[in-house]
Amino acid sequence: MKTLLKGGRLVDPANGIDGTRDILIDGDRIVRVGIDLPVDGALVVEIPRGLVVCPGLIDMHVHLREPGQEHKETVATGTASAVAGGFTAVACMPNTSPVNDDANVTAYILAKAREANLARVYPIGAVSRSSKGEALADIGDLRKAGCVAITDDGRPVSTAILMRRALEYAGMFGMPLIEHCEDPSLKGDGVAHEGYYAASLGLRGMPGACEALGVERGILLSELTGSAFHVAHMSARQSLRAVRKGKEAGVRVTCEVAPHHFTLTDESLATPLAYDTNTKMNPPLRAAEDRDAMLEGIADGSVDAIATDHAPHHYDEKKVEFDRAPFGIVGLETAVPLSLDRLVHAGRISLSRLIELMSVNPARIFNVMGGSLAEGAPADITILAPDLRVRVDAAAFRSRSKNTPFDGWELRGGVAATIVGGRTLYVNPASGLATT
Amino acid sequence: MPDTTSAVVMDADRISRTLTRIAHEIVERNKGVDELALVGIRTRGVHIARRIARTLREITSREVPTGALDITLYRDDLMRTAVGPQPVVRRTEIPFSIDDQKILLVDDVLYTGRTTRAALDALIDFGRPKAIQLIVLVDRGHRELPIKADYVGKNLPTNPEESVQVRLEETDGLDEVVLQQEARP
Amino acid sequence: MTMVPEVDQGPAITSLRSKDLLGIADLLPEEITLVLDTADAMKEIASRPIKKVPALRGKTVVNLFFEPSTRTRTSFEIAEKRLSADTLNIAIATSSVVKGETLADTAMNLEAMRPDMIVLRHSSSGACHLLSRICRSAIINAGDGTHEHPTQALLDAFTIREHKKQLRGLKVAIVGDLTHSRVLRSNVHLLTKMGADVWVCGPPTLMPTDIKRWGVTPTNHVEDAVAGADVIMMLRIQLERMEGAYFPSLREYFRVFGMTEARLGLAKPDVLIMHPGPMNRGVEIASEVADGPFSVILEQVANGVAVRMAVLYLLAGGAEHEDPA
Repeated sequence: MKTLLKGGRLVDPANGIDGTRDILIDGDRIVRVGIDLPVDGALVVEIPRGLVVCPGLIDMHVHLREPGQEHKETVATGTASAVAGGFTAVACMPNTSPVNDDANVTAYILAKAREANLARVYPIGAVSRSSKGEALADIGDLRKAGCVAITDDGRPVSTAILMRRALEYAGMFGMPLIEHCEDPSLKGDGVAHEGYYAASLGLRGMPGACEALGVERGILLSELTGSAFHVAHMSARQSLRAVRKGKEAGVRVTCEVAPHHFTLTDESLATPLAYDTNTKMNPPLRAAEDRDAMLEGIADGSVDAIATDHAPHHYDEKKVEFDRAPFGIVGLETAVPLSLDRLVHAGRISLSRLIELMSVNPARIFNVMGGSLAEGAPADITILAPDLRVRVDAAAFRSRSKNTPFDGWELRGGVAATIVGGRTLYVNPASGLATT
Repeated sequence: MPDTTSAVVMDADRISRTLTRIAHEIVERNKGVDELALVGIRTRGVHIARRIARTLREITSREVPTGALDITLYRDDLMRTAVGPQPVVRRTEIPFSIDDQKILLVDDVLYTGRTTRAALDALIDFGRPKAIQLIVLVDRGHRELPIKADYVGKNLPTNPEESVQVRLEETDGLDEVVLQQEARP
Repeated sequence: MTMVPEVDQGPAITSLRSKDLLGIADLLPEEITLVLDTADAMKEIASRPIKKVPALRGKTVVNLFFEPSTRTRTSFEIAEKRLSADTLNIAIATSSVVKGETLADTAMNLEAMRPDMIVLRHSSSGACHLLSRICRSAIINAGDGTHEHPTQALLDAFTIREHKKQLRGLKVAIVGDLTHSRVLRSNVHLLTKMGADVWVCGPPTLMPTDIKRWGVTPTNHVEDAVAGADVIMMLRIQLERMEGAYFPSLREYFRVFGMTEARLGLAKPDVLIMHPGPMNRGVEIASEVADGPFSVILEQVANGVAVRMAVLYLLAGGAEHEDPA
């Protein structure tokens, strides 16, 4: 079954392409990319003017909540949310119940993913058993079962010595260690960024230094071990400073930023809705200087990836006092509009750079296929609609959870279609793309 | 602004003579000013009460204790309207005991009688007067409760669409009573 | 013979804009003045033989206290009863370990009984904001976490105004655990809105981030704070703070920051000493100062009832919320 995507603007930075091209898909592979390809019995899909065809987007940091917390999200609903958000693949975090610290849990997750048959799922395994920070998990086993990285996300690795061992060990398998960077004693029982707004509202704060301490530790240990270290959900300017210095020194450090950290600041704690628990996440929304630093890092190449840290929570769980609310917001279905509107249309980065951040680099960091539209590559394709006016509607999210601070936002830029392995899994009726 | 026609029904001179006449009536009816006290209902009732007290002092050379009563918290229309501000509460100052006294309640206009009812409730919470008499400058009729004034400055028959404005020098810069007709456009 | 002085000027406004009192932060200076003027009228009721007026007759007020508090709760209860309201006291023992009904659940159950007003004290900042989004009743904040305690600031202002006639231009020094004090935040909002010159003083470990943005003068030196002060407010040092390594010992705290007679001498000769209570004698304040001639601490307590009556009265007349989202 052959499909010809005809006449679209192709942005494929891995292959140096930004121009009008046709793509011929056969089965689950891209077989040809070129100008004015012959139809040759293929189903022709005309790409309307204005849409952009790119390698499938990969979200490096997603919480699918299954097994154990299916009231918030399942692999099925999470991957549905992913394709609606333009993602052909997601990497899911191990802080499920039970924790993904052994091959059985990994196999379970992958079985659910196969059942759902939507976005690809790359499980990330735990660093330590139950993420308790005491003994290493069976990392080799996890690798064999399909994990692409390790992390104790939700919290930092408990001690420097354990992190050192984990880096050394995981390095053997070529797996990066992803770290939720934080110093627990500085964090204390903080619930928001330590700054003017938290102080005025009477919320306990966590300073940017708290995150940066974890970043510095990781960079030093990465240097010591020679293994790959990835900073999850970076938010503080001090963290960025440390990452820059680490990269300059040749350390194998990479980092990701979530869209809420390059869009919102701690002012959201107070307005428009004071104590809105949909502005509570860890790391927290920080001051304008931190948000601006993240934007700079994205523009100048210090930041490697945009990852949502999609953290679904049930409505009832968030409808509590700010102190008691769980950390996190969903992000799969707002990432593309926010990135197009606030990064590309705002003139900070080019579309090419955006694809690097959302496809090329994630694939490279995990060493998985994707990030490119070369001939022979899997047909994982995202078609973007950069000029589509989008109004965020949380009630219409495919995700089981609706905890977002962006409900009602009017943004410029959306997803037209998401194709995984040659199958079109999502088409946006407003994009002008004919549904096949 | 709605179109209004107004007529002055009492001028400063008339008001002055009326209050003097009332003061004399008080002395006559009560056979002096023993055990009498004046309590004016805020706001204009208070000024009228003071003027009467002054005249009584001139007539009898005696000081009649005078107090000010705020009846806002006793109104029967408090909290009833779903929207809109509550009336402003001010201090009540009755710096003497009203037990066994004859209280002369003073108000500017007597209309439905509800203000007087509220004032009676308030006074009873202050003590047990021997008697309460009501003094009003203007009685405009249309009672909704069985209330009667003991001393009336002027009887003024009115329609419900009309309004009676009492202006006093202490609050409004001049003394006059005006009958206003509000014609809705 | 007493001729009562007549203040015939009406206040600039006659009602509060919001259905709730969640904090001083949301009030205009004119609204603060309205509350204080109304409290003035309410105060007189306490001196009557029958300390009751029918203003809130038939209204139901629920005192929902998630934190223990004798002083504030009884003050509210007396205020409610003096206005003839029907009061309902719900005291919920809290423990961080005890899970169970959430605040939202408790509120929705209460809502079913249609109380007119809910007075809420809770250990989480923002709890009253949550309640106001769930309930149609008017919400009065009796202290939420470390955020605000608006009726305390209002009664403090009332007390100051009785002595000093106005707040504008006064130097007010607030000393103590600034980071964890909701009384501080409410007082800073109120005093700065009314044009006072506010100094705040405490150890650096208990100084909120970016405090200069609050429009106050921060200092770690209590002598600078109290020099020439018209009013000194002492905040309670919570003994539990010792665990957070905020300062080495209570003795040290008293030596460096405690209000002693010597320090008192630096203030104006007619200075007012205030404390929201309960006091830790010998920690933030010396006994001689607490019981001395400049202390108006007991007046604050008495004024609390009048101020809370004013707040209840002004909010009870408000319209019901629209159906919550």
